[in-house]
Amino acid sequence: MSAPAQTSGKPSDTVADFELARALETASAVPDPEVPCVTVADLGILRSVSRDETGGIVVRLTPTYSGCPAVIAIEMAVQTALLEAGIDARIERVITPAWTTDWISDEGREKLRAYGIAPPVGSSGGRRAFFSEDTIACPRCGSTHTTKVSEFGSTACKAHYRCDDCAEPFDYFKCI
Amino acid sequence: MGAEDTAVRAILEIADDCLILGHRLSEWCGHAPMLEEELALANMGLDLLGEARALYAHAGELEGKGRSEDDLAFLRREREYCNCLLVERENRDFAHTMLRQLYFAAFMQPLWQAIATTSSDETLRGIAAKADKEMAYHLRHAGEWVIRMGDGTEESAARMADAVTELHRYTGELFMASPARAAAVASGLLPDPETLRAAWDQTIATVFRAARLAAPEIRTWQKGGRDGIHGEDMGHLLAELQFMQRAYPGQTW
Repeated sequence: MSAPAQTSGKPSDTVADFELARALETASAVPDPEVPCVTVADLGILRSVSRDETGGIVVRLTPTYSGCPAVIAIEMAVQTALLEAGIDARIERVITPAWTTDWISDEGREKLRAYGIAPPVGSSGGRRAFFSEDTIACPRCGSTHTTKVSEFGSTACKAHYRCDDCAEPFDYFKCI
Repeated sequence: MGAEDTAVRAILEIADDCLILGHRLSEWCGHAPMLEEELALANMGLDLLGEARALYAHAGELEGKGRSEDDLAFLRREREYCNCLLVERENRDFAHTMLRQLYFAAFMQPLWQAIATTSSDETLRGIAAKADKEMAYHLRHAGEWVIRMGDGTEESAARMADAVTELHRYTGELFMASPARAAAVASGLLPDPETLRAAWDQTIATVFRAARLAAPEIRTWQKGGRDGIHGEDMGHLLAELQFMQRAYPGQTW
């Protein structure tokens, strides 16, 4: 699942729905409140923008972690951005399928790195062995000579690392 | 109880486990042995509260009596909570807290995995698929600490051994199916806890071997939580958990 958001219908066989396209564009541009360098579309938490059977616009968002305190803030931010664009939309929270860091776009990964957060490494898996470690590259100097300081960081989605070459402490966006 | 009531009750058992353990972890805020563990305990507590919220909201909807997640979390009496006794046990020291977390996560991870793949309830499958990932790192984090402390200094090993003596007897209740759970197993809503025992045994054996700990032989397993019969610790916990809603009914953020 690589596309963060899809509109229903192909442009070639439907009449262009400008309002829907604008809603998608507006919702896609909303930044994540905790990690403002990336948008909700970059993170893959914006699942879709479509019309329901009554013609109303429905924006589907999915939470990253069960207890993510930003869920309501994100939903409100998207609703507000749409209202400011003159679009009345219904926000729907979807939990299936469960969000995974695999949905973070390549562009989003690059934005994270540029911001100083190491993007998730590899593909999300299940149980890992006790004391197993991933090799995480420093977002500043690119060195893979890094040490995990704490698996838990300032938000549920991040871990703390330190670069042993340039000595920079940095956040790592955990793979889940 | 009708079929729907038993389903609600069976979901509440899991929701209460998550809420009560999540609350216990939140009690560590400002008291953890170091900053990194402060973050870890709060993070794991938040995951559990998030899982509880989703389950309460779903149970409230199935019940159809207009009870919200807040009503279910804050406005029941002690006897109406059906969490197992393990999760309500007080935090004591870091060894007790981490061992309790290991016991619970080693059970919950295979449980969520089974719910995510086999439950007849689509919403539950969705909640479980997310919680499964979260429980995988709770399990790893707690397991690593139990190994470090059990195979650590004389002091840490003694504390971990004490925790095993104190808490192991509460783990049997995880595998006991209440009447509501038995009905949920029969209807395909939830897996039979007995089917999770092999995975749990194996995880605990692996950790204990590395931690140089021995599981004690238990003659009488502590139980009662699923019937609402709780220990003294539970009242103290609820006093804090429910204070705001009891003092200021209907208070919202």
